Amino acid sequence: MAVRETVETVDEVGKYKYGFFTDIESEKAPKGLNEDTIRFISAKKDEPEWMLEWRLEAYRRWLTMQEPSWAKVNYPEIDFQDAYYYSAPKSDEDRPKSLDEVDPKLLETYEKLGIPLSEQKMLAGVAVDAVFDSVSVATTFKGKLKEAGVIFCPMSEAIRDYPDLVRKYLGSVVPVSDNFYATLNSAVFSDGSFVYIPKGVRCPMELSTYFRINEAQTGQFERTLIVADEGSYVSYLEGCTAPMRDENQVHAAVVELVALEGAEIKYSTVQNWYPGDENGKGGIYNFVTKRGDCRGADSKISWTQVETGSAVTWKYPSCILRGDNSVGEFYSIAISNNYQQVDSGTKMIHLGKNTSSRIISKGISAGKSSNTYRGLVSVHKKAEDARNFTQCDSLLVGDKCSAHTVPYIESKNPSAVLEHEATTSKISEDQLFYCMQRGLGEEEAVALLVNGFCRDVLQQLPMEFAVEAQKLVGISLEGSVG
Amino acid sequence: MLEIKDLHVKVDGKEILKGITLSVGTGEVHAIMGPNGSGKSTLSYVLSGREGYEITKGEILYKGKDLRAMEIEERAAAGVFLAFQYPIEIPGVTTMTFLKTALNAQRKARGEEELDAVKFLRLVREKAGPLNVSEDMLKRPLNVGFSGGEKKRAEILQMALLEPSLAVLDETDSGLDIDALKVVSDGVNALRSPDRSMIVITHYQRLLNHIVPDKVHVLSAGRIVRTGGKELAHELEETGYADIVEA
Repeated sequence: MAVRETVETVDEVGKYKYGFFTDIESEKAPKGLNEDTIRFISAKKDEPEWMLEWRLEAYRRWLTMQEPSWAKVNYPEIDFQDAYYYSAPKSDEDRPKSLDEVDPKLLETYEKLGIPLSEQKMLAGVAVDAVFDSVSVATTFKGKLKEAGVIFCPMSEAIRDYPDLVRKYLGSVVPVSDNFYATLNSAVFSDGSFVYIPKGVRCPMELSTYFRINEAQTGQFERTLIVADEGSYVSYLEGCTAPMRDENQVHAAVVELVALEGAEIKYSTVQNWYPGDENGKGGIYNFVTKRGDCRGADSKISWTQVETGSAVTWKYPSCILRGDNSVGEFYSIAISNNYQQVDSGTKMIHLGKNTSSRIISKGISAGKSSNTYRGLVSVHKKAEDARNFTQCDSLLVGDKCSAHTVPYIESKNPSAVLEHEATTSKISEDQLFYCMQRGLGEEEAVALLVNGFCRDVLQQLPMEFAVEAQKLVGISLEGSVG
Repeated sequence: MLEIKDLHVKVDGKEILKGITLSVGTGEVHAIMGPNGSGKSTLSYVLSGREGYEITKGEILYKGKDLRAMEIEERAAAGVFLAFQYPIEIPGVTTMTFLKTALNAQRKARGEEELDAVKFLRLVREKAGPLNVSEDMLKRPLNVGFSGGEKKRAEILQMALLEPSLAVLDETDSGLDIDALKVVSDGVNALRSPDRSMIVITHYQRLLNHIVPDKVHVLSAGRIVRTGGKELAHELEETGYADIVEA
């Protein structure tokens, strides 16, 4: 199909500024970003007008913003006009028909991670009809969630079906004008997930399994919103241990969490996007804005992340501790190998009384990579008796990598108690020799030692992922020694 | 089991072992004694394949094979075990996990089936009991915050589990009080078998009261200066090294 046709389509969409234009043949918006592209995306998703306006407002703001440069990462300048901002999910015809058509290297990694065959198909994007059990599994889950009153659906569906909830909470944690990438995301977000847990409901399952099966193809501008109403609980897992390939180099996701009074949200991420090759060629640039708002008293938000992929990672999952006695937690493992660059950390903003936060960060750098922890603990004037404990540990594998720790601590209330501990260590030759004398190969020894180093954080992951994450740690460090 | 012929070893360009010849038969226990700096620990590292120990001359045959051609972990899987003088701390890795990873790595290398969690647990409990290794100790990160006695017991537990053909015990008595020494020695003695050889490296004779060797060698300045039966150890205890070394 000619590009020209697509361009014409976009022109048409432009004309139907206020209409709901559903019947569009083209599957891809033309290259570049302008108001027409945004109208195209919005129309493609059959969005109501308020949503389109919201996107356009974000776009206009974005035009006035500068790409941030304070992070300790280096990458060539990104030409935002030289990218596609919308392409429909691949149709079944374009997908591989069976695992035989999938890159054997990818399958090898699945094998190492111990991912069951049926899930391998899903992850490799094999056409849905070839995956016999997925539909029934998903249906079972859906029924269970519905019974509990939990809403869990694609963001685009939520915008249509639950506009009141979406309008109330979308952008309420990460405002449209928040930062360059978040604003871009607000303008062009492709899809993502929406979760609402009603008052007093404990979500009957980890939202991980379901997610893994259904949301493998999320696109480059993901938008997620999770609202836990009073006294509710949910545990959510994003991403998966299996390597994710994507042709789009720039990813800018936004995740917003809202915990109302007495609610708890546990959000776990395993990020394994393509990191580029051993020479630092290719790889995803991952610019993510994740923030949770402990809006009600006695609420709790806990972030756990295992970051092993991407060429460039720019990511600071944060907690706004607004409600009195609210609790924020951040547990992180960030692994960089070869030429990967990671600048990640968290922000804990203490606003309410008796708020407490805990930060455990484990950075592992290998190869020629650079790994930075950047964190802010801020205690505002009215935050009586705020507490924070921060522990930042860096581990170096080899002698060509680097680790940096950049903690910012601000306290405007004298009653605050803030603790910060930091260590940097190396895997010692003694430790390697000891492990190898017991029969472990060198890479196996490194994997075991690094897993030991990360133990406090791995324990925070949902059970079924902890095992996979452990293996992932080993796989990420392959080729880092010897 | 082990044939060492005219072994010369350099560390950082300096010759530490200057022509060692030693033959350890299957099922035999040999003690290597000697003053500090005589090259005892060097010998243990050379046998286990540690980097930085350059063999400039001589050969080491283990079960008839050239040990030098094997990697550290290959030697381990083939049954060479070193009980460390100073066991290394492995933070965050529980003793249990470490033991399982090691055992299964060796089994895998030998083409044997890996043990599942249930079978492994049964095996560990069976081996841990006599060594006074508690459940609590198994759940703690290996050697981290262990007392001297705990560390040595953990070493012997690994040996019991991995069932090596050739065990090199490097100063296993160091840092042990009398009671701990007894537990550890009993553990080692329980592992004596007609198809397992041991090299017991020690500075003092007292360990050899508990682990009675078949042969005793005295190492001095990189050479074996005397070889004898268990009575040689007693002689050393009375006269000290000076007489023998100078002789």
